[in-house]
Amino acid sequence: MTAALEATGLGKRYGRTWALSDCDLSIPTGKVVGLVGPNGAGKTTLLHLAVGLLRPTCGALMVLGGAPGSTPGQLARVGFVAQDTPTYVGMSVRDHLRFGAWMNPAWDGAAAEQRVARLGLDPRQRVGNLSGGQRAQLALTLAVAKRPELLVLDEPVANLDPLARREFLQGLMEVVAEDGASVILSSHLVADLERVCDYLVVLVGSRVQIAGEIDNLLSTHLRLTGPRHDRHAVPSGQSVVSESHTERQSTFIVRTSQPILDPKWSVEKIGLEDLVLAYMAHTPALGPRPRLELRQ
Amino acid sequence: MIEFHLDLRSGVPPYQQVVQQVRRALRLGLLEAGDQLPTVKEVVAALAINPNTVLKAYKELEHLGLAAARPGIGTFVTKSLADESLAAHGPLRQDLKRWLTKARDAGLDEESIEDLFRDVFRSSSREEVA
Repeated sequence: MTAALEATGLGKRYGRTWALSDCDLSIPTGKVVGLVGPNGAGKTTLLHLAVGLLRPTCGALMVLGGAPGSTPGQLARVGFVAQDTPTYVGMSVRDHLRFGAWMNPAWDGAAAEQRVARLGLDPRQRVGNLSGGQRAQLALTLAVAKRPELLVLDEPVANLDPLARREFLQGLMEVVAEDGASVILSSHLVADLERVCDYLVVLVGSRVQIAGEIDNLLSTHLRLTGPRHDRHAVPSGQSVVSESHTERQSTFIVRTSQPILDPKWSVEKIGLEDLVLAYMAHTPALGPRPRLELRQ
Repeated sequence: MIEFHLDLRSGVPPYQQVVQQVRRALRLGLLEAGDQLPTVKEVVAALAINPNTVLKAYKELEHLGLAAARPGIGTFVTKSLADESLAAHGPLRQDLKRWLTKARDAGLDEESIEDLFRDVFRSSSREEVA
């Protein structure tokens, strides 16, 4: 089966700074992928590479089996909603739909109009007068109307209030239920991702820390709490993701496939948020925190 | 028809929460054989969750023999859970009450009792798995 996204040794450098390095990913189709990481981790760079807005410095990247942005056909298969869900404030809702129809060979105009009607948007309204949530929904409508096989969204809900955020994600999930499109969505809000995603990629300091099916990640990561020990005391066959110590107690988050039976450890499952935070803290000293944040 | 809700703080994976809620509804008699479960699209639109989560939950229910999919129509309950174990609840409840009295008499407070229960529960379910 063709992967939605397949990266091998992928890297992107700006001047002397690597925004993304040694990136190996193989994401199957049909997933809703959450891409998390702190600002400047390389999320936007990876997404821009996936849609063909950037070219890799090194390595290989295939999206749906093709080189990103290489042909009109490839462009038509991938929908993209850039950061802050951009729209043209001076144009009406209807103009946006016309513009979309004109730009895209496979445009489902009927579905787009239906969606606009369902959202309660007046087609004659200037987009500058819409709320942030409505603008985001319009941007999603435009990306979806081209019937993409893969939908890429960069921080689509970051600036929305909780209600608009929920409505946006409901709309997005309906699209997935109807069309079976794959989705890659970046965010630094784990709670949003937990609802909608079934695959997670954690990107910190330009590197992929971990990637995989969320259910699988949750079932293989545990929190061990016990009397103070160093990491060598952790039962073998487990890799320590993060550790913290007080005078008497040690807490480890480990990745393991076996149950931990040693009675000196109290073993707990961890939630997605703790898992992500453990990997964010995990990064061994990489020097100063990465500062590069791409904003167009 | 039942409505699902999600508690992301519970630590239980979302698909298992859906499975648990169906099982609970079956035990309580809120769902019976022949009832239709909400469609994937309905659940997705209500909860803003991944359709695969709902599909996975419904597959699990099929695997458990509790539901069956009718292609193009939806997923239907095939079995009730209401009668099976209900009769055993009374005596078990009595046993547990007696045990709790014993634990309190021995000087355990609420938290110690919960910890002890969880600990034994966990290790015995592990033994069953092993």
